[in-house]
Amino acid sequence: MELRSNVPSGPIESKWDRHRREVKLVSPANKRRHRLIVVGSGLAGASAAASLAELGYAVDCFCIQDSPRRAHSIAAQGGINAAKNYPNDGDSVARLFHDTVKGGDFRSREANVYRLAQVSNSIIDQCVAQGVPFARGEGGLLDNRSFGGAQVSRTFYARGQTGQQLLIGAYQALERQIAAGRVAMHARTELLDLVVSEGRAAGIVTRDLVTGAIERWAGHAVVLATGGYGNVFYLSTNAKGSNVTAAFRAFKRGAAFANPCFTQIHPTCIPVAGDHQSKLTLMSESLRNDGRVWVPGSAGDERSPDAIPEDDRDYFLERKYPSFGNLVPRDVASRSAKEMCDQGRGVGPGGYGVYLDFRDAIERLGEAAIAAKYGNLFHMYRKITAENPYRVPMRIYPAVHYTMGGLWVDYNLMTTVPGLFAIGEANFSDHGANRLGASALMQGLADGYFILPYTIGHYLASERPDLASTEGADFVATERDVTENVRRLLAVGGGRTAQSFHKELGRLLWERCGMSRSRSGLETALRRIPALREEFWESVRVPGGGESFNQALEYAGRVADFLEFGELMCLDALHREESCGGHFREEYRTEEGEALRNDADFAYVAAWEHAGNGRPALNREPLEFEHVQFATRSYK
Amino acid sequence: MQVTLKVWRQDSPGSAGEFRTYEVRDVSPDMSFLEMLDEVNEGLIVGGEEPIAFDHDCREGVCGMCSAMINGVPHGPDGGTTTCQLHMRSFSDGDLIVVEPWRAAALPVIRDLVVDRSALDRIVQAGGFVSVNTGGAPDANLIPIPKAQADTAFDAATCIGCAACVAACKNASAALFAGAKLAHLRRLPQGQPERYSRARAMVEQMDAEGFGSCTNTSDCEAACPKEISVDFIAEMNADYFRAALKGA
Repeated sequence: MELRSNVPSGPIESKWDRHRREVKLVSPANKRRHRLIVVGSGLAGASAAASLAELGYAVDCFCIQDSPRRAHSIAAQGGINAAKNYPNDGDSVARLFHDTVKGGDFRSREANVYRLAQVSNSIIDQCVAQGVPFARGEGGLLDNRSFGGAQVSRTFYARGQTGQQLLIGAYQALERQIAAGRVAMHARTELLDLVVSEGRAAGIVTRDLVTGAIERWAGHAVVLATGGYGNVFYLSTNAKGSNVTAAFRAFKRGAAFANPCFTQIHPTCIPVAGDHQSKLTLMSESLRNDGRVWVPGSAGDERSPDAIPEDDRDYFLERKYPSFGNLVPRDVASRSAKEMCDQGRGVGPGGYGVYLDFRDAIERLGEAAIAAKYGNLFHMYRKITAENPYRVPMRIYPAVHYTMGGLWVDYNLMTTVPGLFAIGEANFSDHGANRLGASALMQGLADGYFILPYTIGHYLASERPDLASTEGADFVATERDVTENVRRLLAVGGGRTAQSFHKELGRLLWERCGMSRSRSGLETALRRIPALREEFWESVRVPGGGESFNQALEYAGRVADFLEFGELMCLDALHREESCGGHFREEYRTEEGEALRNDADFAYVAAWEHAGNGRPALNREPLEFEHVQFATRSYK
Repeated sequence: MQVTLKVWRQDSPGSAGEFRTYEVRDVSPDMSFLEMLDEVNEGLIVGGEEPIAFDHDCREGVCGMCSAMINGVPHGPDGGTTTCQLHMRSFSDGDLIVVEPWRAAALPVIRDLVVDRSALDRIVQAGGFVSVNTGGAPDANLIPIPKAQADTAFDAATCIGCAACVAACKNASAALFAGAKLAHLRRLPQGQPERYSRARAMVEQMDAEGFGSCTNTSDCEAACPKEISVDFIAEMNADYFRAALKGA
């Protein structure tokens, strides 16, 4: 497989402008003759579907929820970055670009990241024009805050509900196009396979989740905006429905999957309360601006936190990283918390937690000031744990949050299957090995509003794909595969639920391919996953039938894909013999225990190619850094 | 703890439904209500029965997907919360808990506790947006908005579209849902050009979908997990009448 990034030549500052000038255009009259399929309706999918329809294309948009407004982008709390420099604190496109490449630990593509920083300002303008109610100052202008340890205040926010407000903005733009008849919305409809015909993405096969009907849809191009795969770990901050199925089916139809082992573990989540736990809840990392993270100084200290005197507390982030303290990046904070718990100094049930203490901030600023800043988060914490964080320190623990890996795409956001595009969290391109806070919303909307509408037109105008007939052999064969898979799931008739397999897979991956990974652990996982998968197909029990609303069937199909995908993730983690960003290999660390990157051998994107029943083939896209010098991140 | 569930089971939109009773043991007070239902469903699947269908997704109280009348109250006994954020510690050992889907003609049952809320999307389609295409927006700070006004717009915009307001209303009115969207957009300069036509179109769509009229009993505000104020309904009515006067 040849990986051509198609990055335009010339200075990085002018690549995107030049590319936009040079891309081929589809004439207005021709646009409506083009059918485009957009799968997913989160920030990336909804913004793309709306923008493409505004241009005049005929769009079919699909989502698995009952309404496009439910997509999990809605749960993002903290904010969205842009290089506006409204606070006059020295921000610029170049600085946002620099921070993002460095924050990604030098495993992203420079040209893509530069473009992301360039279009970031237009996103804020667009969202405000739609009526997104961002936070404002007394003078009526937009407010910014510093987020995730950034040295500038470039984060726009809407209380702790930024994702909700941005998604509702995109959703409303989408609903407007639905009303205009330019988008046909298919809610409660799940992509179960991609149709590739004559080497191009020709359409998709879906299952209507209400009636069970299997249907074929043809498009001149297909866009996957289906989010990340964090739920492979069972417990994550993702919505329960988030899954890898669309991206994984695309992989099996020829799209390369890039850097699957790059997963982000978020440090500030509410710890697991028991076996019944179905998902984890994130607490915005803005809490680390005022909260101090600590554990008891010695293992086995069972005293209640207020009974532990100052001298017996270890503020480990402040101790280990004096210059950044509690504001070190997510991956560093998460690993340190794990390290403390591994030493037996964790707190709460099972010892999987560290304190996030607001005592000093409340003394300094007063309870009212803390309530004004974090009231909704404190309220949520109290609801879930029945503990009052104004009196007792919060307990937090890292949880799987975001996946930087995804379908490999070129500069035009096209995968290795011509005509198949991937946007938002579903692609790999902008965050390298670690995503910075408030950058996911930025990337989803950049792809959907401002990048894909240009690059998809270029594909349509230069390649002139025909609309395939859904009666063609490839559609018929793909539908047969989908129908057979549904039949197989229903026919196993064993005694175990899909959830029990999902939990087992999740535990295995969390232990062996989570916050820290080792050769022997990954090899164990690679032995056990195929056995678990085999057991799944022998003893899973999927009740009900295929021709009705059947949530157990939907779920079993997603778990089956996770059982295959988890193996790919471990394979990638095993081959990457270095520590970078969210990928920490125990064998590759400095004397002080910090991550040790290997730029000489691993400064590349690992793009895995499906190879039938054999081991997936590794393709490498070398990464060159011309504008940001290789440097080791240091927060000491 | 141990609870008894009486759950509405209905195979399909057209079929007759019935309450079925489930004894649930080993309930932890730290479980969310939906985690308790997960456990019930695991048992049903292993026992060869079909699990209880219910909508849910983010389980963080913001996507608006979860629903259910719990002992006759939308999203259950805790105020300002969604079903997914309701915890079993809100109940007592030995409680009988009755679980039903939203009941409204405009929200037909699909299966068990799952209802069709697409009517709410169609109300938004009627005009719940600012007609602005991607690209060409002016610099964001060219539109200053007084902070108090922006904050109230935000309060209205926190609606998650769950339809608890409809379920709580004896008339099955969607006035709080529509009123919140209208209030969000009418407070912003960006929403002014379409302010009156939007109010007219959304109210008319609400009627066309079969939602009832508002008779100001405020049950919707009491049930709203985001505690959105009924004042916004008054604003909607005012703009609807102004729209008629202006011929918008």
